[in-house]
Amino acid sequence: MRDLVEQFGPLWGSVLGIAQILGFAILLLLTLAFILLFDRKVWAAVMMRKGPNVVGPFGLFQSFADFLKFVFKEIVIPAAANKTVFVIAPILTLVLAFITWAVVPLAPGWVISDMNVGILYLLAISSLGVYGIIMGGWASNSKYPFLGALRSAAQMVSYEVSIGFVIVTVLLLVGSLNLTQIVNHQSAGLWDWHGFSFIGALLHGGSPIKIAMAFVTGIIMFMMMWIFFISALAETNRPPFDLPEAESELVAGYQVEYSATLYLLFMVGEYLNIVLMCAMISILFLGGWNLPWGEVTNPYIGFLVLYTKIWFVFFLFAMVKAFVPRYRYDQLMRIGWKVFLPTTLVAVAVVGANVTFFGG
Amino acid sequence: MSLKQALKGATLFDFMGAFVLGMKVYFRRKPTVNYPFEKGPLSPRFRGEHALRRYPNGEERCIACKLCEAICPAQAITIEAEPRDDGSRRTTRYDIDMTKCIYCGLCQEACPVDAIVEGPNFEYATETREELFYDKEHLLSNGDRWEREIAKNLELDGKYR
Repeated sequence: MRDLVEQFGPLWGSVLGIAQILGFAILLLLTLAFILLFDRKVWAAVMMRKGPNVVGPFGLFQSFADFLKFVFKEIVIPAAANKTVFVIAPILTLVLAFITWAVVPLAPGWVISDMNVGILYLLAISSLGVYGIIMGGWASNSKYPFLGALRSAAQMVSYEVSIGFVIVTVLLLVGSLNLTQIVNHQSAGLWDWHGFSFIGALLHGGSPIKIAMAFVTGIIMFMMMWIFFISALAETNRPPFDLPEAESELVAGYQVEYSATLYLLFMVGEYLNIVLMCAMISILFLGGWNLPWGEVTNPYIGFLVLYTKIWFVFFLFAMVKAFVPRYRYDQLMRIGWKVFLPTTLVAVAVVGANVTFFGG
Repeated sequence: MSLKQALKGATLFDFMGAFVLGMKVYFRRKPTVNYPFEKGPLSPRFRGEHALRRYPNGEERCIACKLCEAICPAQAITIEAEPRDDGSRRTTRYDIDMTKCIYCGLCQEACPVDAIVEGPNFEYATETREELFYDKEHLLSNGDRWEREIAKNLELDGKYR
């Protein structure tokens, strides 16, 4: 190790950084390969099918086979398409999906950029994600992709609002935008995780009014967890809110004209965002890398715990895909603007009042 | 919206029910048939790929009566016939265009000597269209390959005819 440091000299910092990023990216892509398979397996199991089971043991290598298939197919660019934008759109989606992960801590100390405005960065980058879809839909110069892209943009913008407010409630409780600190705030145990803090409210004691306020806040945070979950479904265009790619109406939405590697980039970007949302739920509401009965300081154990939580949340994502029918467009907008937005606004007010007058 | 409805929505009541139901189904035995490795049962009456049969002594059954050609509703069968050297009437050409065939089984019904039959084979996809224009040689070789299954099926189905 010391030899390496000496060999690279002043470049050591950059080398280490690049190595970290590479390791992180490979880990993410591997996770993605298996999470794609898991998604299909869960969906199949609920429909009493077996799902992919031919490539490798239990079909474990299915995603790699799919990857090869996508890479070796021909990229078809429609004659009427705006070629530059058409090619840039999926790349943009993928790049944005990757760089959001820079601030996500995977274990105590395991984070590429431990910046103090981590959540702000996350919100900013995930808002940019709409551009990939809009550009893809517009550059295809075709009707279905265009309609799909418009729907998708409207949907993602609407749900970003409620996601933002939900995150604000967490920020109020923690008092920091740094994701590591948000996790550390929930280190005591299950009863202090933001999603279940109503249990902690009863345990911590204090004056009756303080307990009552803390309990109400806890209940609200529990609701916020589910609102975040549902908004995340809509934000990542997952069923039951997969209107942008509603097969029965829009064929495949903004992806209609895409093929081969370009389609693969879109898909990888989309699933990276889904996994990111799973990680966000785990970090914001489910205590990150902390075990239900206490704090974790060992990064390896912490990573395993967070990883398990991400897979669990993704299991819920996959189950929802299996048993909820698609929403109509007006229903989607109604839930976003007339249910979630007022609810989260009230929640922000109540949590803010609790933090101001009773110290959280 | 009634209060009951609103409460039901806010507590995600229906979704919890659906989740429980989903989990119940999740671990049930899957009815999937692992197709290329295991196959479902076929009726003896199954109408698959065509075959021309032979008598046990190796003589082909077809006597070129052209009843199958006449009855074929898709006009997929083409037959040309001539007396053979020993004086018996035989086909010189027996073609079936498998892309035209609708697998109705009328050729099999019409045949007085059980020569043309639809066997149990349904896995004969090809890479080109030309490969699906079967000639007499191909049909006879099909008959040789599938004779045992075809004979068994004809025997099983015979009592219902």
